[in-house]
Amino acid sequence: MVSMVAALKIDETQRAWRAASSVLDPEVPCVSVADLGILRSVEMVDGIAVAKVTPTYSGCPAVTFIELAVQTALLEAGFDARVERVMSPAWTTDWITPEGREKLRAYGIAPPVDGSTSKLSLFGETTVACPRCGSDDTNKISEFGSTACKAQYQCRSCAEPFDYFKCI
Amino acid sequence: MDTREALVHSLITLGDDHLILGHRLSEWSGHAPMLEEDLSMSNMALDLIGQARNIYTYAGEVEGKGRDEDALAYLRTEREYYNVLMVERPNGDFAHTMLRQFYFAVYMQASWAAMVESKDETLRGIAGKAVKEISYHVRHAGEWVVRMGDGTEESAERIKSAAAALHRYTNELFTVNSALQICIDAGSLPDPSKLRDSWNNSISQVFKQAFLEVPEVAAPQEGGRDGRHTEDFGHLLSDLQYLQRTYPGQKW
Repeated sequence: MVSMVAALKIDETQRAWRAASSVLDPEVPCVSVADLGILRSVEMVDGIAVAKVTPTYSGCPAVTFIELAVQTALLEAGFDARVERVMSPAWTTDWITPEGREKLRAYGIAPPVDGSTSKLSLFGETTVACPRCGSDDTNKISEFGSTACKAQYQCRSCAEPFDYFKCI
Repeated sequence: MDTREALVHSLITLGDDHLILGHRLSEWSGHAPMLEEDLSMSNMALDLIGQARNIYTYAGEVEGKGRDEDALAYLRTEREYYNVLMVERPNGDFAHTMLRQFYFAVYMQASWAAMVESKDETLRGIAGKAVKEISYHVRHAGEWVVRMGDGTEESAERIKSAAAALHRYTNELFTVNSALQICIDAGSLPDPSKLRDSWNNSISQVFKQAFLEVPEVAAPQEGGRDGRHTEDFGHLLSDLQYLQRTYPGQKW
């Protein structure tokens, strides 16, 4: 009996995770909040689905929207739900899943160069491959782009301008 | 002043530096010399205001008197803000804005890096995020300082006069008041006086590449940390607080 209750609880947790992780990022709608590693966990606490969410950037204007969307997705799946914002440990692009990176590339956004531990020093340069043709011959236009998490690049081989998901 | 009061005061001080510089940078939105710079300055402003929000929210929680980020950002009088004078100075030209950004970002990069080791878990989380964001500010502003110093006759002249105007405000970044000292002793906040050597080194390195001399400062300008501000600050606040003062309690 005990194990059956435990199994049911696991089942509920998985169902809640699936509901919450279906939420897409509002500014990069090719990836889900789970792909990006923004959704940290979903747990059942006293019958309430508690989702933990971490912001990508301190000033990311999408955080509040994402929290609401996760809450709504859980409510729609029939859960009483609460969303908590977690600041520590700080989000890193290392948490973007391999599937998430592939989806970004297919969408035309170059995924972050592997490993945020490769600290870029002052004036440090990094090689970003073009998401369209794969060439490494690319040029940084600006460190800052259309959202806090992206930089602007252009490919010298195929001339495609593209966004680069900054590595932090 | 007990440990909690000291932490609240020091957090508000830290939040003020970020809110006010973020506000100044946001004044460039739509006015930058080119589109990429418009995006850059708006992005940096967003980082700073986001960091200020996190810090104020935490300050309000520690204080426990029901003040939230909005109450702290919008509902204080001039004398109750403790930002350094440097961040409230008018933007001036692009050279002034970028050099001020560089001075502040180099300082905060060292400060956030130290705060990642804080005994305070919330501050560790805020710092862990901010230390990555600030490295972009350091690089971006630093590259511009070099580009202007090593650029045309006019750009070199402008960055030189920016240094002459702003360097006197940098000393205040490293001052320690009694509230901060309590936080330093408690291991929650870093001692800014210990960040001075590395700040000087970073500034000297970039100035060398930019063919700039580090200006001698005869009379350092201070006062913001004690709530004494320049005339320009009152005008900034009247803009910043306009909506909350006109429609009290208005929500986004």
